[in-house]
Amino acid sequence: MADTALHGPVAGEAEHDMASHATSTGISNEKLAMWVFLGSDCLLFGALISTYLLLRHRSISGPVELRDPAHIFDIPFTSVSSFVLLFSSLTMALAVGAIHRGDVRRCRTFLMTTALLGSVFIGGQVYEFTSFVKEGLGYTTNILGSAFYTLTGFHGVHVSVGIMFLMAMFVMSLRGKLGPDRAETVEIFGLYWHFVDIVWILIFTIVYLIP
Amino acid sequence: MAIVERPTALPELPPGAAVTPRPLGVFTRPQSTTGWRSWLTTIDHKRIGIMYGAAAMFFFLLGGVEALFIRAQLAAPGQALYSADLYNQLFTMHGVTMIFLVVIPLGAAFMNYLMPLQIGARDVAFPRLNAFSLWLFLGGGLFLNSSWFLGGGANGGWFAYAPNTGVVFSPGHGMDFYALGLQMTGIASLAGAINLVVTVLNMRAPGMTLMKMPVFTWMGLVTQLLLVFALPVISVALFLLTFDRLFDANFFNVSAGADPLLWEHLFWIFGHPEVYILILPAFGIVSEIIPVFSRKPIFGYPFMVFSGIAIGFMGWGVWAHHMFASGMGPISVAAFSLSTMFIAVPTGVKILNWMATMWGGKLSFTTPMLFAIGLVTMFTIGGLSGVTHAVAPADTQQTDTYYIVAHFHYVLFGGALMGFLGGMYFWWPKVFGFKLSDKIGKWHFWLILIGFNLTFGPMHILGLQGMPRRMHTYIADYGFELWNMVATIGSFLIAAAMLVFVANILVSWRAHRLNPVSPGPDPWDARSLEWMVQSPPPAYNFDPVPTVSHLDEFWHRKYQENADGKVVRVATGAEAAQPGDSTDVHLPSPSYWPLVLAIALPIIAYGLIFNLGIAAAGGLLVIAAGFGFGYEPSDDPESHHGPHGNGHGDGHAQLGDGHEAGAGSEGEPEAGTAGAAGGETEPVGVASTASATDEPATDAEGSTDG
Repeated sequence: MADTALHGPVAGEAEHDMASHATSTGISNEKLAMWVFLGSDCLLFGALISTYLLLRHRSISGPVELRDPAHIFDIPFTSVSSFVLLFSSLTMALAVGAIHRGDVRRCRTFLMTTALLGSVFIGGQVYEFTSFVKEGLGYTTNILGSAFYTLTGFHGVHVSVGIMFLMAMFVMSLRGKLGPDRAETVEIFGLYWHFVDIVWILIFTIVYLIP
Repeated sequence: MAIVERPTALPELPPGAAVTPRPLGVFTRPQSTTGWRSWLTTIDHKRIGIMYGAAAMFFFLLGGVEALFIRAQLAAPGQALYSADLYNQLFTMHGVTMIFLVVIPLGAAFMNYLMPLQIGARDVAFPRLNAFSLWLFLGGGLFLNSSWFLGGGANGGWFAYAPNTGVVFSPGHGMDFYALGLQMTGIASLAGAINLVVTVLNMRAPGMTLMKMPVFTWMGLVTQLLLVFALPVISVALFLLTFDRLFDANFFNVSAGADPLLWEHLFWIFGHPEVYILILPAFGIVSEIIPVFSRKPIFGYPFMVFSGIAIGFMGWGVWAHHMFASGMGPISVAAFSLSTMFIAVPTGVKILNWMATMWGGKLSFTTPMLFAIGLVTMFTIGGLSGVTHAVAPADTQQTDTYYIVAHFHYVLFGGALMGFLGGMYFWWPKVFGFKLSDKIGKWHFWLILIGFNLTFGPMHILGLQGMPRRMHTYIADYGFELWNMVATIGSFLIAAAMLVFVANILVSWRAHRLNPVSPGPDPWDARSLEWMVQSPPPAYNFDPVPTVSHLDEFWHRKYQENADGKVVRVATGAEAAQPGDSTDVHLPSPSYWPLVLAIALPIIAYGLIFNLGIAAAGGLLVIAAGFGFGYEPSDDPESHHGPHGNGHGDGHAQLGDGHEAGAGSEGEPEAGTAGAAGGETEPVGVASTASATDEPATDAEGSTDG
């Protein structure tokens, strides 16, 4: 075969072949895929936030007092639940740190803590939504209602999916299937969780704080 | 780590791999590699690519028949072959089908098949996710077309301007099918795009730097990145429309204060990058064909690459030229006019580079080359009429006339589709192991070129005369009769040309069956790595994975400079190609889960339209299938490597031990955990071991040839 003469023996190529489990970029496929996915998700939230910004002051139907977001939000309550969600980023980071140190038990504890904090946030969102609906702002009441529930709802779905994965990892850890050899799995999930938290910082600022 | 190096014969497995013959007790891992069932469960990127192509051609038939109905109705003034409402459905479904179910998946077909081969990889980064993309695309496409039987197709135009597509103006379920169907094909494309981006960035053969990648792979990478960032925007737009239609939200309800420009902006922020998503794969194909049949390397390779990247970036800054007539204000119009003129520059660079590649080359006008030249010329016409749209006053006049229809058919049919047809002729021997007849192919080309120009050329005139698009009929004496009749004749000529294509496939296949002559690995004396494997390629692509030292690596293995500095042939294609007789490459196992997961989503969509209970059931199935997908190891430990060898046990175990020691410290993310955590992540279990017995054989061959 000609290439043997030109490019060294085939065995040399085979050696490369064996080494090819190292990826071209040095980042694992799973982690790179997560980064690309998060990049894509930025545009999802970008479009949703833009939609909200465009529509929030445009309501011309429904009760007048429900057309201004500032009259509806309970900022102290949402601040607390936002803090809970941000705190869960800390516990997530601690879980990643623990698994990298090989401390499977502590990792499991922190995963569970993260899931609980996330659930508290979701519980807060459910409470907030029901209290808004009681005040009269339903999904179809006016354009503000549609935009608000859609934007925060998409974020809530992201958090809920994250909680599902946290629970799945917790169960795997209980069964001894989430050892230090899978530290990267926890780390990749951590990327997702932190991203969802960062998005919430944006949403909280834009939706609740900026008048 | 994508490629999990694992000893295939070792009894003990890494901790945590959910290893049972029946993962989750639901499915026995599929084993067959032949028969229809193997196609349903395959995760081989080549088979997936073929199925993408076949599905796209099926939808092309549907979209083509819709087009013929449209042209038949418009052949003469004042006709009423069918109702205006059906006409609305026909042109909408024609556009949606051709763009989302034909051109995008044809691009996906070529990119799936070729990109791993061109970068010297054994498969894509996430083979099961790849299968999921295919099945969800097919499910979304069939879902969309099932609307014909469930109350009528979508009728709001392919860009579905809301509020015109709200419940008030579009009652019936057509637009629901549109929104949910495109949502699904969008998810499929997004999963595929992430997959291919990671594949190209991460799985290149040793020595294959980014600037040694073939132009097709580069254009594929740019296309996939455009998809990654454009699809979420249309997803949001479609979600908003769906919520408006199904749950009475107010996003496009003008009486509640909605802004009708919202949909237009969201749609075209996706829609204009989409235009480049459609054309760039065809540009890549042409960039492969022209050098081969000009016997020259591509002219200005870095310019080709960077102009593709420039198109990818600038494509984000021109969307509002679709909206000049919407009254968005003079500053926006001026800005988008300028950016639209600028984006013609990198496109022009490409055209000039193709011409410079042909300049002074030893041209051979085979069928693929003819189609490639067809793309260059026809796309140039479409590109020029596109530049006229940058001139806002003229564009305001042309908006919603047949001039626009002429323009985008010149770039999409004369551009993208010509490129894909050329690509089919070019890679057909590689994919199927026989050449298509060049003689019939030339008939095909000339018929389609003439038919195409007869159909869409006159539409420029009609448009400038003021004939509006999307109108059911027209009145006599406006001067539209002649050119409409010509266009209709042309459209039937295109249909005839496509029948010639089908005939070509059948005739060539029969000739091949009666007298099987292999085209060999390298029938065109081509340049890139996919020609270095046999035709059709073995399931594992390369063994061993080649080490790359040049752009056009395969050509450099065939041609070298001699002592006088003259380039001479040192090996034939057959000599330089890999024999493809390896028996010990361990490939990831097929799986049912991608298919199950993909079927669950259309169930949700039907449920959302007809019965929320069904949607809930579909949702549960998605969650169950998601966990099944996630917990299933990509690599079935019970399998004995499919058809590949059982006879290498010793060598495996030895080499495998080494691997385990090397990889163990870093840890191997198995499919189960990684999939469960990342949701969309999955390692490829490709355990490859160079067989000790193969090497002397190839060496010996080398010495006899040398």
